[in-house]
Amino acid sequence: MPSPKRIGKIEFGLLSPKEIRTMSVRKIIWADTYDDDGFPYPQGLMDLNLGVIDPGLRCKTCDQKASECPGHFGHIELAKPVIHVGYTRLIRKLLRVTCRSCSRLLLSPEEIEKVVGTEDDLTGDVLSEKDIKKERLCPHCGEQQLKINFEKPTTFSEIFIDDGKKIEHKLTPADIRARMEKIPDEDLRHLGINPDVARPEWTILTVLPVPPVTMRPSIILENGQRSEDDLTHKLVDIIRINQRFKENQDAGAPQLIIEDLWELLQYHVTTYLDNEVAGCPPARHRSGRPLKTLSQRLKGKDGRFRGSLSGKRVNFSARTVISPDPNLSVIEVGIPLAVANEMTIPVQANPFNIEELRQMVRYGPHRASLSDPCGANYVIRPDKRRLRLAEGNLETVAEMLEPGWTVERQIRDGDIVLFNRQPSLHRMSIMAHRVKVMDGRTFRLNPAVCPPYNADFDGDEMNLHIPQTEEARAEAAILVAVEENILSPRFGGPIIGGIHDHVSGIFMLTNQLKWHSKEEALYLLKNIGVEHLPAPGKQEEGRPLWSNKQIFSTVLPKELNMVFRASSCQNCETCRRELCERDAYVRIIDGILESGTIDKKAIGAFDGQIVNRIIRQYGMKRAAEFIDAITHLSIRAIMMNGFSFGIDDEDLSKTEYGQIEEVLSNAVNDVQRRIKIYEDGQLEAMPGRTPEETLEMQIMQVLGKARDRTGEIAGRHLGLGNSAVVMAVSGARGSMLNLTQMAGCVGQQSVRGERIMRGYDDRTLPHFKKGDRGSDAHGFITHSYKSGLNPTEFFFHAIGGREGLVDTAVRTSQSGYLQRRMINALQDLKVAYDGTVRTTGGRIIQFCYGEDGTDPMKSSFGDPVDVKGIVESILKEEV
Amino acid sequence: MNVLEHVMVPDHQIMSEEEVQQLYSLYTITSEQLPKIYHDDPAVKVIGAKVGDVIRIVRTSHTAGRAESYRLVIKRPKK
Repeated sequence: MPSPKRIGKIEFGLLSPKEIRTMSVRKIIWADTYDDDGFPYPQGLMDLNLGVIDPGLRCKTCDQKASECPGHFGHIELAKPVIHVGYTRLIRKLLRVTCRSCSRLLLSPEEIEKVVGTEDDLTGDVLSEKDIKKERLCPHCGEQQLKINFEKPTTFSEIFIDDGKKIEHKLTPADIRARMEKIPDEDLRHLGINPDVARPEWTILTVLPVPPVTMRPSIILENGQRSEDDLTHKLVDIIRINQRFKENQDAGAPQLIIEDLWELLQYHVTTYLDNEVAGCPPARHRSGRPLKTLSQRLKGKDGRFRGSLSGKRVNFSARTVISPDPNLSVIEVGIPLAVANEMTIPVQANPFNIEELRQMVRYGPHRASLSDPCGANYVIRPDKRRLRLAEGNLETVAEMLEPGWTVERQIRDGDIVLFNRQPSLHRMSIMAHRVKVMDGRTFRLNPAVCPPYNADFDGDEMNLHIPQTEEARAEAAILVAVEENILSPRFGGPIIGGIHDHVSGIFMLTNQLKWHSKEEALYLLKNIGVEHLPAPGKQEEGRPLWSNKQIFSTVLPKELNMVFRASSCQNCETCRRELCERDAYVRIIDGILESGTIDKKAIGAFDGQIVNRIIRQYGMKRAAEFIDAITHLSIRAIMMNGFSFGIDDEDLSKTEYGQIEEVLSNAVNDVQRRIKIYEDGQLEAMPGRTPEETLEMQIMQVLGKARDRTGEIAGRHLGLGNSAVVMAVSGARGSMLNLTQMAGCVGQQSVRGERIMRGYDDRTLPHFKKGDRGSDAHGFITHSYKSGLNPTEFFFHAIGGREGLVDTAVRTSQSGYLQRRMINALQDLKVAYDGTVRTTGGRIIQFCYGEDGTDPMKSSFGDPVDVKGIVESILKEEV
Repeated sequence: MNVLEHVMVPDHQIMSEEEVQQLYSLYTITSEQLPKIYHDDPAVKVIGAKVGDVIRIVRTSHTAGRAESYRLVIKRPKK
């Protein structure tokens, strides 16, 4: 391999006519491509000097075959110069800043110095169009300057006033080129142009490079007809017009015809370079499809940059819809048999595995059912030849198999694969799972791994990649595996953990003290692999009973000690600890849950205190097992009673409805009272606020309180027997606010934190009186979602909802772009072995990573050492 | 006014030739690989460092409590 070299500088410049002729291997004069025998015309567009695309022929320039010849440029001598569309802005600028007669900058040396600075003290600025006053006299030759008009795409004209009439005089490309040629090098430097590599007259083409045939290959259709590339078509047009132009010129045709032809040539060259220029009808194919010319090849999503260079398609990958399977382990992924049959892993044959591989070859590419062993799809001989396995050749290939051959065997259970969901915003967006081949057509995953992927099952698709080498598989298993990524390096806590029903289920299992019969205990623990039931907690009528806390404790490691408060903790002023009526004080002593409820705080994704402690004490692998156990247990627990939510779960009794109505009408009256005070001018403004603002704040406060009161009333009626309450209290999903809005009162709708004020003159809707400040006129919704909104309320609700939608849309796009910029700026930094953060060039960014050298993933929610956790696990009580 | 007296400005010191050599050998770097600071930086002007000097900056850090960093004084380039 050649040694790496450092790039000193990159020079950007224009292609000069001289360079174009030097790099050209052939002057192209004929518009035709192939003769009747299918042989390229010499000096035609498919000239053999430009490279070869037909197999068998040899390039006349480099004498190589089609596969080796890179292709060579040719050139067309244009009859008259034409403008290059890509440089029209530059041309316009140069025409405007230089004199029309002497072509020097329209500034005196003193004026230039003001912007550019003196030779020893350059300001770094360059001259721009704005530095030059319009239509002034040239400071060098005194010529009156004219206004330069530019009309898209390529027309330039001078405007002068004669007899009070505006007269437009068109500038031909030749005129413009003549002016450009005269601009002195020194003046160009002041404009930020390096004349050594970019003389401005080179923006006007006198000779056109013809790209090699290798970049515009013709394809042979099924009927034997040749179909040329769009670029070739365009070049044919250019040569035709150019030829006609030359003939007319030589014959001394009238000026009018010459001008027409010149414009036509300009059009063809313009569309050849860019077929999407404003003010220029795109050149079309015979079928009416616009041609894909040079600029179109590079631009856009499928262009050369975004489509071919930044993004490529990969082999050994699969994509399909995902669906949940709580019976899988978090480290597994369910793969449809159809996918597993198609995807392969290469295995090299050696004396120890050759019999096994022979058997795989005999099975062949068709694996009919899950219980069948995996087969093989291809065999690669030592000479790199691939043999496709099919029904007919299985036995023969199996016999031929020898050490040194490679068998591409199908995916089977236990293989390690990379699983990915876009957008891949953090490293946990790609994790390595163990394969479990399954029926069906979707990828299956344990819902506990949804948070790192940010996946749900409303139609999400995910990608799967099969590592093909031992190194790749080792890397996947050691670095990328799910069990290595339970902790998020973002905040040093577990990102994988129970979600939704896992939390509800474990909450319902562990809340308060309950007793279960042996049958129930065994049902709950069936899928967890518990070998022995603990001794029963008590006997009743001669039957042994196990407490719910005992059952939960079977999944805990034996030496676990921790004390914390569950999500359901209300942060009472004096904590009653074990006697907490909500059972929110969690104490685990020596792996036994002594008191408290297990919920989101204990096992949830992002919080997961127990998961976190197990990782610290026993490692990630044990934590993955724990998450598996807890998800299986909680799914069983939630299935004991079933869990559902219906419209009648929002029902309250007559008393509550009466109370809610009273609270709301009191609030509405209170608002009216305050408005009255304000209108009488009696309202005392708060410091730094106008009376209006004070009133608004008071109203918001009163109405907010009223809504919360309705929530409390509803909450009093709905106890833990209500699924929504269970979900809210356990932290599984939703909050008491959602419940308030469903059963009590939806409350105030707001736009930018204020009551809704926009709409008609002095009112929000024509239903209200002008100047009405009442609660209902500004978006207070007294109804609940259950009782239904009236039309004005519904409208206000839509206004408030829209704001939320817009906010999320704006936030995601902004944070996405911010992250993209951060990644681009930071992607090459790494932590060196001495703890410094360095660029690829070895330059130091930080002398110690994060200044304390702590790996955020191994930190405890940001702190280097989890002092509290260690002390608690030794003292076995809260500190 | 002295910028170093402002609460938000960390401590800047010029390092001796010896210290600089120690620094280079500690991290096995050349002066080019150090972070840079312009000669006309207000803090640099106050401590009177010249182009080519290395400055030790001691900050209070959220994570480490106290963090040291080093910067090479360079001339502000022309734009």
